[in-house]
Amino acid sequence: MKLTVAGKDVYAYTGARAIDAARPSLVFVHGAANDHSVWALQSRYFAHHGSNVLAVDLPGHGRSGGDALPSVEAIADWIPAVLDAAQLGTAALVGHSLGALAVLECAARHAERVAKIALLGPAAPMPVSDALLDAAKRNDHVAYELITGWSYSPAKQLGGNRMPGVWLTGNAMRLMERTRYGVLHDDLNACNEYRGGPAAAARVRCAALVIVGARDLMAPPKNATPLIAALADVREVTLPDCGHALMAEQPDAVLDALRAFL
Amino acid sequence: MTRPKTTHFDTLSVHAGAKPDPATGARATPIYQSASFVFPDSDHAAALFDMERAGHVYSRLSNPTCAVLEERIAALEGGVGAIATASGQAALHLAIATLLGAGAHIVASRALYGGSHNLLDYTLPRFGIATTFVDPRDLDAWRAAIRLETRLLFGETLGNPGLDVLDIPRVADLAHEHGLPLLVDSTFTTPYLMQPFALGADLVFHSATKFLSGHGVVIGGLLVDSGRFDWDAGSARGKFPTLTEPYAGFHDMVFAEESTTAAFLLRARREGIRDFGACMSPFTAFHVLQGIETLPLRMARHVDNARKVVAFLAGAPLVESVGYPELPGHPDHALARTLLPRGCGAVFSFNLKGTRAQGRKFIESLRLFSHLANVGDAKSLVIHPASTTHFRMSAEDLAKAGITEGTIRLSVGLENADDLIEDLSRALHAAGKG
Repeated sequence: MKLTVAGKDVYAYTGARAIDAARPSLVFVHGAANDHSVWALQSRYFAHHGSNVLAVDLPGHGRSGGDALPSVEAIADWIPAVLDAAQLGTAALVGHSLGALAVLECAARHAERVAKIALLGPAAPMPVSDALLDAAKRNDHVAYELITGWSYSPAKQLGGNRMPGVWLTGNAMRLMERTRYGVLHDDLNACNEYRGGPAAAARVRCAALVIVGARDLMAPPKNATPLIAALADVREVTLPDCGHALMAEQPDAVLDALRAFL
Repeated sequence: MTRPKTTHFDTLSVHAGAKPDPATGARATPIYQSASFVFPDSDHAAALFDMERAGHVYSRLSNPTCAVLEERIAALEGGVGAIATASGQAALHLAIATLLGAGAHIVASRALYGGSHNLLDYTLPRFGIATTFVDPRDLDAWRAAIRLETRLLFGETLGNPGLDVLDIPRVADLAHEHGLPLLVDSTFTTPYLMQPFALGADLVFHSATKFLSGHGVVIGGLLVDSGRFDWDAGSARGKFPTLTEPYAGFHDMVFAEESTTAAFLLRARREGIRDFGACMSPFTAFHVLQGIETLPLRMARHVDNARKVVAFLAGAPLVESVGYPELPGHPDHALARTLLPRGCGAVFSFNLKGTRAQGRKFIESLRLFSHLANVGDAKSLVIHPASTTHFRMSAEDLAKAGITEGTIRLSVGLENADDLIEDLSRALHAAGKG
């Protein structure tokens, strides 16, 4: 569906279902240089099992207009505006990587709008090397190659996708290649500069789920430890043999963890 | 910045998409010869049917052995995914049927495999899809043939049988200017010799029967999506409603919204394979996988042998001309050096001097070359296109495609090149005696 937020077009995948304010709502927030389609299986499941789903394209990404938001905090403040535009009160928030940081910060800042949070591949801090930032700033293809290489576990680099016929790393690369000029840099920079993770986690009052991949090189599981320690009500799920691209590598395990939590 | 380490083509040929079988430890990809697959529970079953979970339901839609092959060819081509089909013709039909309906129009190279020409020129018009055929070397002709209702440009990497080299970068640019995708038949080149996506093509299909399987034992096809074409943007917007509008046949799914990069494949599988049903058998997929494991080795040998045979024929008195792009006289010689640096494949044609009877004598005198309708086998093959693969074409169309009564097509195999040359030399001698 198309929404208007701060005067800009925003696309949100709903699983081809109309929004019904009487149902529980879920907002899915993607990571750097991605879009709503990274949640295809999980978002469709919840949309077809009694929830309103808004799998958004962040500003400047995918089908949404505007410029990429410059910080985790800015994305955190944008999420309630999306709920307003969809005429929804509260929602559970599910975020991946950059999206996970934004969901965490949103739950801390806007507790009244957030029912639960699920953080996939979070880290505090989430540092990005200068070399990668520089490559992203130039839109050098090497930035996409590095991220793809680091985002998948070694086994999945050679395929074996649960989704028949789809080449995981090729698909990931092609999605990033569609990113508008400068957006990858803006996203990575937002991750790199965010320092508020543990403090935000300490302010979160709703239940939280943290899902990490044991083979994650982009956001190593140990970097999620400060967040897990600070969250008051938290469940932790570690997916073995899984990298940073959790929803693509182990879609069923992610879905099952979300179902059990939400 | 140092480029990240990437897996090489040869390694992907052996490993992409495959892993030891988790149930048995089998190292080779097993043939999952099963029509259907058990659901753990009712909820899981419903989720599989509704595309909320990934997995296999019924082997017409997907199969674990075929899925390994689909990932492998996608990896080798640099695409996002693929669909294995019953034949190369089925792959071509699936591509067209996924994008086009009655009233739509295709612009195609006229240097096509006879079977593709049949489909476009004789069969698809009955379903309301028209095709304009153009000289693949004439970019102005491609441009002039594009109409408002055109939805696809189509050619072969190496045209059949004259080996016209498709100038993919320029034809792709033209297609994209008009918001259209370029579909390429890459059967003759395989991803070892050319990767059309890197040159700008949007969709690729193969007759996997040929070099990919490599041994002439199965019939199969592969349709690969680059994932680059944006079906809902710019001048493409509104032209591809099968991908950008709700599909009542699958819960009002809008494929371009469901998958940003693989909308085409999604529709092709959820509609085309489901409804037309031209799927590949897992037995076939196993054979194609076995073939692809040695593709780099075989293609290098095919090309090496072809070069030696071409050199021999080019100097043979009874041979009027040899059509191979690596020869300086070929119209696409310069283009081939740019687009096909590893070689121009192992299928080519030459023209015999003399009568049709002498041509027949030549073919019937060969001992190692098998007279049959196929290419890309480990065994060397020969055929007379005018009376076989292209027999439905008019004399005028044959001439435009560069085929004469004396044209002989060879597919050079993996035998010792000296033995092949000796065989050809003997047959030429026999033909020369009339």
